[in-house]
Amino acid sequence: MADIAELVRLLKALEDDLVSCTRCGMCQAVCPLYGETGRETDVARGKLALVENLSREILDNPEAVKERLDRCLLCGSCAAACPGGVPVLDLFLKARAIITGFLGLSPLKKAIFRGFLSNPDRFDHLMQWMGRLQGPFTRSVNETLGSSCARFMSPLIGDRHFMPIAAAAWHKKASRDFSGPRQSGRTRVVFYPGCLVDKVLPQVADAAMEVFAFHGVDVHVAARAPCCGIPALSGGDVQTFSHLVHSNIRIWRDLDFDYLVTPCATCTSTISKLWPAMQVYIGGDSAKIEKQISEIVAKTRDINAFLVDVVGVQAKAPAGGQTVTYHDPCHLKKSLGIAEQPRTLLAASGSVRLAEMANADRCCGMGGSFNLAHYELSKKIGAKKRDAILATGADAVATGCPACMLQIIDLLSHAGSNVAVRHPIEIYARALQVENKEEPS
Amino acid sequence: MDKQVVRRFEKIVGAGNVMAEEADRQAYAYDAAVLDSVVPALVVRPETVAQLGQVVALCNESGLPLTVRGSGTNLSGGTIPSSTESVVVVTNGLARILEINTEDLYAVVEPGVITAQFAAAVAEKGLFYPPDPGSQTVSTLGGNVAENAGGLRGLKYGVTKDYVMGVEFFDVNGELVKSGARTVKCATGFNLSDLMVGSEGLLGVFARLILKLIPPPKASRAMTAVFDSVEKASETVSAIIADRIVPCTLEFLDNFTIRTVEDFRHAGLPVDAEALLLIEVDGHPAEVAEDAEKILEICRKKGAVQVQAAGSVEEKELIWQARRDALPALARLKPTTVLEDATVPRSRIPDMVKKIKEISRIYNLDIGTFGHAGDGNLHPTILTDKRNHEEFARVEKAIDEIFEAALAMGGTLSGEHGIGLAKRKYMEKETSRGTIFYSRKLKQTFDPKNILNPGKMFGA
Repeated sequence: MADIAELVRLLKALEDDLVSCTRCGMCQAVCPLYGETGRETDVARGKLALVENLSREILDNPEAVKERLDRCLLCGSCAAACPGGVPVLDLFLKARAIITGFLGLSPLKKAIFRGFLSNPDRFDHLMQWMGRLQGPFTRSVNETLGSSCARFMSPLIGDRHFMPIAAAAWHKKASRDFSGPRQSGRTRVVFYPGCLVDKVLPQVADAAMEVFAFHGVDVHVAARAPCCGIPALSGGDVQTFSHLVHSNIRIWRDLDFDYLVTPCATCTSTISKLWPAMQVYIGGDSAKIEKQISEIVAKTRDINAFLVDVVGVQAKAPAGGQTVTYHDPCHLKKSLGIAEQPRTLLAASGSVRLAEMANADRCCGMGGSFNLAHYELSKKIGAKKRDAILATGADAVATGCPACMLQIIDLLSHAGSNVAVRHPIEIYARALQVENKEEPS
Repeated sequence: MDKQVVRRFEKIVGAGNVMAEEADRQAYAYDAAVLDSVVPALVVRPETVAQLGQVVALCNESGLPLTVRGSGTNLSGGTIPSSTESVVVVTNGLARILEINTEDLYAVVEPGVITAQFAAAVAEKGLFYPPDPGSQTVSTLGGNVAENAGGLRGLKYGVTKDYVMGVEFFDVNGELVKSGARTVKCATGFNLSDLMVGSEGLLGVFARLILKLIPPPKASRAMTAVFDSVEKASETVSAIIADRIVPCTLEFLDNFTIRTVEDFRHAGLPVDAEALLLIEVDGHPAEVAEDAEKILEICRKKGAVQVQAAGSVEEKELIWQARRDALPALARLKPTTVLEDATVPRSRIPDMVKKIKEISRIYNLDIGTFGHAGDGNLHPTILTDKRNHEEFARVEKAIDEIFEAALAMGGTLSGEHGIGLAKRKYMEKETSRGTIFYSRKLKQTFDPKNILNPGKMFGA
């Protein structure tokens, strides 16, 4: 364990941002966790007060502060609604990094982040083995949703209804290079599936490939797909985060491409917002890294935004078909302001009638590792989302975030619902298939 | 705190609703006022009215000072614990709307209900609860009543006190006291409800509130008027009222605020204007149309450089966005924002704005002024950095002068934020020695051990 004076010194670097919180308390209106618990330490104002007190040595218990900082979905609702524009998420992540640096990583997190996450090949192997072994231990519970649950009491899975792990990582079989030299007029994208799509929801990536092909977009899928780093960063492990950012940059830096496209809201938001904001934790030549990151950020697009803003996909008048409701992922709407494009993409399917749910941009309660550490709270927050979805009477719920998809699948599966959960790209791809079949040849 | 006592609190509200760890207590040491934090000894969160009564009685029995906290958005320090011995009683576990009566036009609520959520529930039943304090999306109704909160609609619809029909509260012994009724008329007993409004937690602890509801207006129209002098804007305000028109909202932005909002939103505000009036009238459609025409004419006659009425919902939204942006835009300029609410008779607004400008110059401070021109309730907003001790000393002097000026103009220390800790030293100046004595004696009678939010309003 490091010196407490060092901890205080590092936290002091956050002071200028910390003091900009005036304690107005407006974050209480939007925090999904505070909405459930009513505890001040669960809302941004309380957490920022604790970090500030730790930095001013009014509080000398970093463990207690970390425990409370970790009770957070990192949904960014508070930052998006903050009247004073306090960079709340950046502060939380930096404080987590500093305090974790002081206290040290837990052995479990160390094993996961440094043993597997930072090594894409080993991570793929692990997931492949889990994919093969899960059969005897799990059983299917909902065919519409494709969810499973544990066959026996399992401390790891608990009562979760989850999507089985794919037998092989998607990028292994889908890896491809740009076809030859640049063809004029064709857009070139590097497709970055993100870990969840790559290993749990490969159908989303398949749909993306169909759509790219239809629109004449050249695609590159790398043979290695290191994680964007968000699990490590939110766990306070900046060493692994830095390692992963470098691994990704190494893969992309020599490629000639126009856009980096991902179907994962969290990956898009992490690359676009957190890589630059957390650059202080990324090792190496800082000027070089800054330039490389800013080049990548400039090219990074959410897949919905890419298709609508770049490719120019347009909404069509609805002509019957299914009713779909849309959930705004926090990492798309609150972090990046992307809310219209996924709806446009759904409307571009033609066969979709969009039925808006109440509070479509309310967090689903997933929050990545928050769901693992605080499943009961995550479920409670999610219950409001589930009810809002069911109240629309929609046939399917779409959302542009694989993590939200998994949470919503769990929520709906427990409710015995047969509302399907889809990424907008899946719905759009399906509509293209149907359209092409119907076209007279 | 004594472990025995903590256990007794746990027995009343359950262990999960008692926070004794330091890291938890430190998150209840502040509110939205720019004042020093005071960490309480314990935080207790009752979930039923019965538990609340027992908590109050136990505090009194144990001689523990008690500060009730809704959402902790108070701007005068009313929810900062009185001392490190204090118990903070959080009311957000008491957040049930018990009744909305559409025939008799009232509602019964628990004190922890959020203002905006209540107003929305009322609107869903086709009725209207007008008080709309700036913090309404988080503030609690109990806190609104305890502070007599105002808002943008004060001019026409009044403030929180105008909507309190009755209260039930616990005295220090945990005995339930009831006053007022569900009827329009009530001449039964002392009018304790009015005494409790604005009592800042010094006289009792709210258990339930009976609030008045009214039918909503059928139409509304928003307008803006741009002026090259504050005097002309103020004369316009007076002329509108003299013409027997009472707009539901009549807001003012000074030049500093206009420029800051424009920098923030780029909505095309007139950055050279000395004053901007944002006006809304509501009521019967015919009346609204007529009043709006008259107001536009008055604005022109009084020398407005530019006058505009919102033609669509979007245009109306744009007008109010400018007002909503005022505080956030100002708050972004510097780390610390001191928001005051000194209030003057509306005819004195030009004098007050001039005075604030002068104070800002003398003390070399950035002060943006905006607020409720229709009711004289201005919000001079001082932008500073509390870490800069030299500058903050000047801020404190500037605040003293702002209050002095408001009182000299026949105004009051607080339009809607309350006295709390921040303004208690000025109380005697506005009232009298006798008032302080009388208030103290009143408190001693109801609260002999002085446990109810002691030290607020007029000192210990």
